[in-house]
Amino acid sequence: MSTCCAPGLGSEDAVQIEEGRLRAEEFVRSGRDDGHGLTHYMLTVPSIHCADCIVKLENALTKTPGVCQARVNFSTRRVAVAASAALADPFEIVRTVEKLGYPVLVGTANDNGRDPVLAGLMRALVVAGFGAANVMLLSVSIWAGADHATRALFQLISGLIAVPAVLYAGQPFYRSAYGALRRGQLNMDVPIAIGVLLTLGNSFYEATIGGGETWFEAPVMLIFFLLVGRVLDHVMREKARSGISNLSRIAARGAIRIGADGASSFISVEEIRPGMVLEVAAGERFPVDGVIAAGQASDIDRSLATGESLPVPVRAGDRIEAGALNLSAPVRMEATADAEHSLIQEMMRLMEAAEQGKASYVRLGDRISSIYAPFVHLAAALTFAGWMLTGHSAHAAFSAAVAVLIITCPCALGLAVPVAQVVGAGLLLKRGILVRTGSAFERMAEAKVVVFDKTGTLTLPTLALDQQTGDADLARMASLAARSRHPLSVAIAAEARLRGIVPPEATEVVERPGFGMEGRIGGLPARLGRRDFVQAIAADEDEAGTGDLWFAIGGARATPIRMRAELRPGSEAAMQAFDRARLPRYLLSGDAPEPAAEVGARLGFSPDHVGARVSPAGKAERIAQLEAAEGPVLFVGDGINDAPALGAAHVSITPADASEVGRANADFVFTGRSLTAVSDSLVVSKAVLACVRENMALAIGYNMIAVPLAVIGLVTPLGAAIAMSTSSLIVVGNSLRLRLKLRDEAKVSAPPAAAYRPEVRFG
Amino acid sequence: MNNLLFLIPIALGLGALGLAAFLWAYRSGQFDDLDGDALRILTDEPPPQDKRPR
Repeated sequence: MSTCCAPGLGSEDAVQIEEGRLRAEEFVRSGRDDGHGLTHYMLTVPSIHCADCIVKLENALTKTPGVCQARVNFSTRRVAVAASAALADPFEIVRTVEKLGYPVLVGTANDNGRDPVLAGLMRALVVAGFGAANVMLLSVSIWAGADHATRALFQLISGLIAVPAVLYAGQPFYRSAYGALRRGQLNMDVPIAIGVLLTLGNSFYEATIGGGETWFEAPVMLIFFLLVGRVLDHVMREKARSGISNLSRIAARGAIRIGADGASSFISVEEIRPGMVLEVAAGERFPVDGVIAAGQASDIDRSLATGESLPVPVRAGDRIEAGALNLSAPVRMEATADAEHSLIQEMMRLMEAAEQGKASYVRLGDRISSIYAPFVHLAAALTFAGWMLTGHSAHAAFSAAVAVLIITCPCALGLAVPVAQVVGAGLLLKRGILVRTGSAFERMAEAKVVVFDKTGTLTLPTLALDQQTGDADLARMASLAARSRHPLSVAIAAEARLRGIVPPEATEVVERPGFGMEGRIGGLPARLGRRDFVQAIAADEDEAGTGDLWFAIGGARATPIRMRAELRPGSEAAMQAFDRARLPRYLLSGDAPEPAAEVGARLGFSPDHVGARVSPAGKAERIAQLEAAEGPVLFVGDGINDAPALGAAHVSITPADASEVGRANADFVFTGRSLTAVSDSLVVSKAVLACVRENMALAIGYNMIAVPLAVIGLVTPLGAAIAMSTSSLIVVGNSLRLRLKLRDEAKVSAPPAAAYRPEVRFG
Repeated sequence: MNNLLFLIPIALGLGALGLAAFLWAYRSGQFDDLDGDALRILTDEPPPQDKRPR
């Protein structure tokens, strides 16, 4: 193997390793002792992406003292590690992995990585497949003309295979049907369960006593096809779920508490009570609401909490919200609320309230089956009655009714929805978009209005430097900025890298929380930061001009630096796509009116569709109004303050670098930077819904032809088997056509050439 | 007819053997990481030994 690249990690990420105390505690707690002297850990390492990664990780881990076994699961991007329970410092495992350049997520549920539901479905599927193949072989012999004793023998053997196979493999359907009936509802599984069990019973009677036609192949095949749909559906949802959980923050869900005696201890977020003093390292998020303790200062980034785009300095006594990011220095805070009453939880409550106000969505498949199921049973009952009334025996009448049940069994209908959704989810996954639920496609396709958040959604979460700064200045600024994780510094360092500038060496660099960076470049003192802080070393006291940040070096004049929020790439293209689809666009921001209006104007929002300083509850309210006035709303947002709006909207989509609340509750999550993901999701969802409708029409159309034939007793087991397989194949084929259809229409952006790789977010 | 008496059990037995083999392979984790197995075949060096005490 050639050497493969390690995932790109800059020097700023190295800091993460030293600050790992919280994570270390959480990691040690996540270990599962097996009682035989071994502790098992599960690490999620989202940036594993090649064969070399597997080898490197496994070799390095097994060489770590105390580790007995390490096994990478490439599909789930997880590493299972078994270490001696006597290991002194289990966090060395995580450090080993991070030293190789792979960020690790701790705090993942320490299961063994197996999915019991999928395992159950797979067992059922192979049993049904075995049954279907063997019964079909015997049935073909019967149809080919086996007679007398041979025929009776084949029927009996078919029965002996089919009955246990169907009883075992059909369990998911019986359970679901039973559950629905007990609640007094009808779902698609009710006609399936009744049809399958009645057919089976009737055929078993014919094979043993009656000597008539048997229908063993139909129920086994039906269960097999339906299980294929179930497995596909489950795999799709599980893929999205694990993809989303791999996007989680790397930080721990806990805090370092400073006791009255000054000793520090690790506590989980739930254990925090008002009045406790907590230490929050730079680069970590505040776990609860609070105030900065005496003598402390830092800068915080509130963009996820409130939507403000620029970081703000905080000093002793300033209020901070849970979810804000601590940027420049470790600070102590005094908690004013426990986790239950912090801003995030408040948002969760608002979101739940918004969701309750919304009528629960009934999926298309369920809506169809609520009409379909009674129709099927009525048709079968009427057939039975009709045959009895026209003077046939009860036996003949029952056989005809069973034929109706088996021919109407919604085999194609059961595949119509999942196959189309799986194809759609696959198309989106290639473009880095994860779909949480199947019904998300239906709801997305119904959207009539689209509402955007500004900070982090229309704009990138990172800031960009205005282009006026010269290369020489930039080089000197970057040598200070490279040592800080403040978003303004990060922007400067990024711009320098972009222009290919190598910053000169800076010495004695320190970060002054709330003020800026200070150091020496080429022996001269240099400062980067707030105006008053920088001007103290500058030559000119009254430099005119405005800037978000200032820079001065050894007696020269202070230079202002302007920053701007950068629009997400592809935002213009996405806006055009919505205009083409004739969806009115709204912008609701928690930020100040000026930046909101500026971004609105750049992207062609009509000015009366732009709202600034909208409170989180205000967003949800506005969306509810729009739902009432104009129809279903698609909401695109990322922050903690967007959570209520995510709950209120008919369908929602969020970028992967959004807040955890956002990711956990949006219907779609996109991992790329481009906003075309939003319009792509809309186009694909519309195509999926159209395909589902076509599939339903095909399945129902087939029943319209087959049912009358079954009612008058013209359907044979051979006919039923052929009709059922062809209708299923037609539905699957139609769904696969979706891929071609979307490739031909140039509405969807092309998938990136590189394979989809989840991105990791720090902090 | 007499041929059938042993041919059918043989056919079913072979089928059941395949079924059992799949269930065993599934349970022993051979389907857990299909993408990873496709990549592991490319590496020359043997996988690190399990150092678990036995």
